[in-house]
Amino acid sequence: MTTALDPAGGSQRRVKIRIKHLVKRFRSLVAIDDVSIDIEEGTFFAIVGPSGCGKTTLLRILGGLDQVTSGEVEISDPAPGRPKYSMVFQGDSIFPWMTVRENAAYGLKMRKAPKQEITEAVGRYLDRTGLTRFADHYPHQLSGGMRQRVSIARAFANDPEVLLMDEPFSALDEQNRTILQQELLRIWEVDKKTVVFITHSVDEAVTLADKIMVMTASPGRAKTVIDVALERPRNVLELRNDPRYGKIVYGIWGHLKDEVERARL
Amino acid sequence: MSASDLVDRAKPAARTVDIGERARLAARRRDRILSIASPLGLLLAWELAAQTGLIDVRFFPAPSAIIGKLIEMARSGELTENVLISLQRIVLGFLLGGVPAIVIGIAMGIWRPIRALVDPLIVATYPIPKSSLLPLILLIFGLDEMSKVVMVAIGVFYPMAINATAGVLQINQIYLDVGKSFKASPWDTFRTIALPGALPFIMTGVKLGAGLALILIAIAEMVGAKSGIGYMIWSAWETFAVTKMYVGLFVIALIGFAISLLLNEIERWVIRWKADA
Repeated sequence: MTTALDPAGGSQRRVKIRIKHLVKRFRSLVAIDDVSIDIEEGTFFAIVGPSGCGKTTLLRILGGLDQVTSGEVEISDPAPGRPKYSMVFQGDSIFPWMTVRENAAYGLKMRKAPKQEITEAVGRYLDRTGLTRFADHYPHQLSGGMRQRVSIARAFANDPEVLLMDEPFSALDEQNRTILQQELLRIWEVDKKTVVFITHSVDEAVTLADKIMVMTASPGRAKTVIDVALERPRNVLELRNDPRYGKIVYGIWGHLKDEVERARL
Repeated sequence: MSASDLVDRAKPAARTVDIGERARLAARRRDRILSIASPLGLLLAWELAAQTGLIDVRFFPAPSAIIGKLIEMARSGELTENVLISLQRIVLGFLLGGVPAIVIGIAMGIWRPIRALVDPLIVATYPIPKSSLLPLILLIFGLDEMSKVVMVAIGVFYPMAINATAGVLQINQIYLDVGKSFKASPWDTFRTIALPGALPFIMTGVKLGAGLALILIAIAEMVGAKSGIGYMIWSAWETFAVTKMYVGLFVIALIGFAISLLLNEIERWVIRWKADA
């Protein structure tokens, strides 16, 4: 099945990320096979799929860490001087040799932002992630959840056009994950940047996203895109009690079930 | 229960951090005391053996006699002068060998082509005993200061360069991805990721280098100098001034000990971000 998927719904928003006929091969292995998708500005866009469906590869291509084999990936960039994207990585990615504050300032420092802007942006996002008290701590003094908050603060403080998140909460226990999901939503709802969020958790995708792309197992293809018609702001826990939530999760599992089974063979 | 309850409860306790900190300080103090106690114990045993005639004081003069001689030599200025000149050579040699070692070592770790280019040279020349280079160094640099400084530099270069490369190679790929993702320039990658990430390994190289530096400076001064501790020991041998010879050995041991204490302190400060530092 080779599908070019049009975003559902008739919104008037601009397309922020355009992926056209993206193919990625590692030697003979086809990791991503002809994926086309438009992501509109301000959308929280989640990608779910079984392990090995190429979702992380897709994000790394968007983030300039991997090259396409063929096809096109484009992030429109109307605001001069602002970075196109910042990435939140899976697992521990903050520098252990920098304090929380220095880590959060990293992106801004690398693009030589003015000192005052750095101080302001870092202060703002350390505050929003509840890290102000730990600004001068080193990562080894923090818990896993706190370290991932630093990673989120680092990405947001850089003020990018697009946020790329690669299973940022997958290494955390369930309680911490729930807390960080809520915090991420709270921070994100302030200025609603375009987000591409990779996860293997259907619950997480439905909790956070406006749209969810389901990918097939290797080779990775776009199977379908689902709209999550749940109003914002969302409460991560209350959501679980909403019958619409269960319905959407169930619907996605319908698409995913065959893929997961196929991936296991 | 709402999500905000969970959020509040998840705030990490600052107190646990403090207790860990205190335990670590206590352990550090204990380690420091132990590392001073062992050399003192050895000296005490030696003194007793010499006093009771258990050992021949013509070959093994008592530490008290050596210290007496040391004080005498310190008063006359002979000792201070020789120690300072040796220290100066070591410091200059460290700079001359260490700075390029770190730069080349890290560059080898970051960029494969540089590694391919330089690694064979290091592998081929590393096994040469550095002391056997002394005649050649004397030939090239003469009996001036430079020959001694170069000897130290050569000794320091290898362990520091090799450790710097190993230090960069063990840096988790994800940190380099982060640098790339935030568009770090090559200089910024070096400065903010490769150097700090490799520092624990580099410090190991510095310590190994310090040991080699002492060995090489002593040898170089015995053969090709008219000053320094090595020269002092050698001239004491030539005049059969055994106690004076021991003063030289004693002072060299003391310098080695002081350097390693200093380097441990520097290491603690430089890698204070590590959990066990």
